[in-house]
Amino acid sequence: MPSTAAPALTVRVLLFASYADTLGFASVELRLTPPATVGDVLDRLRALPGGERLPPKPLCALNLTHVSSDTALSGGDELAVLPPLAGG
Amino acid sequence: MTLYLTESPLDLGELLASVQSPERGGIACFLGTVRNHHGGREVLRLEYSAYGPMVEAECARIVAEAESRWQAAIALRHRIGRLKIGDAAVAVVVASAHRDEAFVACRHVIEELKRRVPIWKREVYADGSVEWVGSRAAGQQGSELRVTAGFGGETS
Repeated sequence: MPSTAAPALTVRVLLFASYADTLGFASVELRLTPPATVGDVLDRLRALPGGERLPPKPLCALNLTHVSSDTALSGGDELAVLPPLAGG
Repeated sequence: MTLYLTESPLDLGELLASVQSPERGGIACFLGTVRNHHGGREVLRLEYSAYGPMVEAECARIVAEAESRWQAAIALRHRIGRLKIGDAAVAVVVASAHRDEAFVACRHVIEELKRRVPIWKREVYADGSVEWVGSRAAGQQGSELRVTAGFGGETS
């Protein structure tokens, strides 16, 4: 393709409960080079202070639906990384 | 639109009224209340928090799946915020033609809520410590849910 590389995509990442405590924030916008997956966001989070304490495969939800870490991301997506659920 | 989350005390009567009808003769209720102990420690109170928009979406999916599978009418509500010992945190009410479907669907809905709905609780213990429930043992290892058809439509 003669055109330049695909533009970066931006996703909004939400952290909750113990993960928000561990990383010290509840929300962040990340710019990624496409194609990008949920796993790429997890790698970026792991590189941050406290991020090494995330489990290997945390529960993730993309736009309010549970997904696995190989799910592809699109610009404008909202990705939530969910600590062990404790409702009920 | 149904709100599955509330910061107010749960009103079982209101939930019952919302599912009762002349053709549904069997009604099963489940209430989950705040326990005064966990892992051998005395609990003073706890605080629930949630990913609100996803709670609404996931509860709607769970209720729709169960209503269709068991031909039932289902009310579901979870309370968040600061709760004290004995307060009801979650209520499930299922009305169906007969009791078998009501019991089975009620059990299914509470189990699916615990497995799928993004709610967390922080317990405050008598010894002064505070802890997110589930983040200590199994929770910190791999906890990715098996994502299957009928559970958001993705496969893994």
